[in-house]
Amino acid sequence: MAGKTLYDKLYQCHVVEERGDGTNLIYIDRHLLHEVTSPQAFEGLHLAKRNLWRTGTNFGVPDHNVPTLHIERMAGIEGIVDPFSKLQVETLSRNCSAHGIDHFGMLDDRQGIVHVVGPEQGLIQPGMTVVCGDSHTSTLGALGALAQGIGTSEVEHVLATQCLLQKKADNMLIQIDGELQDTVTAKDIILFVIGKIGTAGGTGYTIEFGGTTIQDLSVEGRMTVCNMAIEAGARAGLIAVDQKTIDFLKGRPFAPTGKFRHLAEEYWRSLVSDHDAVFDKIVRVDASQIEPQVTWGTSPEMVTGITGCVPVQETTSGQALVLACDYMGLRQGQPVTEIMLDRVFIGSCTNARIEDLRRAAALVKGKKIAASIKQALVVPGSGLVRDLAESEGLDDIFLQAGFEWRQPGCSMCLAMNGDKLGEKEHCASTSNRNFEGRQGFGGRTHLVSPAMAAAAAIVGHFVDIRNWS
Amino acid sequence: MERFTVYSGIVAPMDRANVDTDMIIPKQFLKSVKRTGFGPQLFDQLRYLDEGQPGMDNDLRPVNTDFVLNQSRYQNAGILLTRENFGCGSSREHAPWALLDYGFRVILSSGFADIFYNNCFKNGILPITLSPKIIEKLFVEVESTEGFGLEINLRNQNVTWPSGETIDFEIDGFYKNCLLNGLDEIGMTLEKSDRIHEYEKQRQKICPWLFEDLEE
Ligand code: SF4
Repeated sequence: MAGKTLYDKLYQCHVVEERGDGTNLIYIDRHLLHEVTSPQAFEGLHLAKRNLWRTGTNFGVPDHNVPTLHIERMAGIEGIVDPFSKLQVETLSRNCSAHGIDHFGMLDDRQGIVHVVGPEQGLIQPGMTVVCGDSHTSTLGALGALAQGIGTSEVEHVLATQCLLQKKADNMLIQIDGELQDTVTAKDIILFVIGKIGTAGGTGYTIEFGGTTIQDLSVEGRMTVCNMAIEAGARAGLIAVDQKTIDFLKGRPFAPTGKFRHLAEEYWRSLVSDHDAVFDKIVRVDASQIEPQVTWGTSPEMVTGITGCVPVQETTSGQALVLACDYMGLRQGQPVTEIMLDRVFIGSCTNARIEDLRRAAALVKGKKIAASIKQALVVPGSGLVRDLAESEGLDDIFLQAGFEWRQPGCSMCLAMNGDKLGEKEHCASTSNRNFEGRQGFGGRTHLVSPAMAAAAAIVGHFVDIRNWS
Repeated sequence: MERFTVYSGIVAPMDRANVDTDMIIPKQFLKSVKRTGFGPQLFDQLRYLDEGQPGMDNDLRPVNTDFVLNQSRYQNAGILLTRENFGCGSSREHAPWALLDYGFRVILSSGFADIFYNNCFKNGILPITLSPKIIEKLFVEVESTEGFGLEINLRNQNVTWPSGETIDFEIDGFYKNCLLNGLDEIGMTLEKSDRIHEYEKQRQKICPWLFEDLEE
């Protein structure tokens, strides 16, 4: 009999009941909540007079709507100017308190983007099934957990039953081997992969990322890769557990301690695909071929290396290319280094962990942002990331270069708070979606790595950071 | 949830691939804590020329007359015809809420993003996957025939064209059953409470650290 993939293992040990019609009842070990997708779920629960199945698996933190300006933040919920945002953050806080759910409020130093806070606190552990009403829950698969985004009806289902009804996905392996070029990072890997398989390439699959390049990445880098599995169409990304994963969990507040620590570690080590596991699809990537990546269009698959150009008609399906060039204000065949930028955003659950900020700061140190840049924001992924960065003096490096140093939250990744692009403004962004209007009405997003965004802020347009001095 | 059995309606063509949920319902409208009332903001960025904000009077806004839903022939459409990877991006269930609230009960595409597909069934919307060839043919027909409508029969799993020709579609048995009967999934799962408790006990033996909150 063929061996099992990591996904097979994780899925099978969470089946509560097989229904016989391909849909199974799956047990959920961890449920994360944020303010945008949970209010209607709690409302449904209350209307049906149902209780929480198991309080202790739930954890809440506001992130999408929270202001990132220090002055607005100091007053907590009361300080949120937008009444709709305020109501959502209040509602999350009220619902969590009413049900006894652990949550970090806006004034808590540990508050941050849900997918950054989860791993940071040890709330996410290998072998868990994890869900959240947010598609970038896929980030957490980097720890060997089966982590998936769900809709609000499913949030309610998990609150009430601790289970979900789900079909098993197919297995895809993206095997990435070889050494990365200098300054090429996890973000470039995943953008390159999406460019290769397309945004629907992973639909219906759980993607495991494997190979020596993935093994060589830090756990943080692995999170960046799994974060954008959803942009490749897959609900979940996965990376096998290794010593780095286990070391990452050590000493985190919610990680197992005492008598369970050893037992847990032993179990975690089994969370790898068997050597003879069969995948439904395998994609191989030679890491040494990956250049720093830049998206030029309105879908993450519209991406090229820094030495590349916006394609011309025959290389992308005609209509999509024309619509994208029109929206982005670019012409076919234009080199991406010619794209002039208005704003720079370093942040989001893709790239706002400490490693990302260090990489960006290293490029910025002792330099100034270009005069043509209207705004350059650095938004740490959590309060703890911010504190650590400040203790290393990264905030000073950014501030002296002309960046703004903000409080943690989703911020300009989706522009639900006050941080947004103006119409037709081009932004170098370390986030994950370049959809029309994502960062503000009429805004034009280019997805890049933190180092690429930092360099673009200094020069005013994209540059090949492999030649940075 | 409203049941879905047979539905007849006018088809509106949205000739675009990779329509994401940000496009279906822009983020500024996600600030509501309700499930209803999103219809007026469906495809807001495409329907209007200015930037929409919650609480605006849509009657006073400049309309994008080129956009399909603003054309008089597609008023009252209940079936949306689209291209591949519809509903990609954010998991927001506000997307199906907005489509439903606007009046769409059926979406035809050559492919849907997973989370969106799943979310549709929770809200009484039937997403139907058809081959790219049939989708292409439908685009041609819809464009050339004003008032082009289809009949969708979920029980028989087919689509009937005005000519009387029918085309079968595939659908998962569980989803079909839920839509046909308007089932309460949570209620169904709660009937399995004993089984869930049993699972927890078994699993606790293997991974006790995951159940520390249940120990006392
Ligand atoms: S940072 Fe962006 S992608 Fe991540 S959870 Fe927040 S809004 Fe979503």
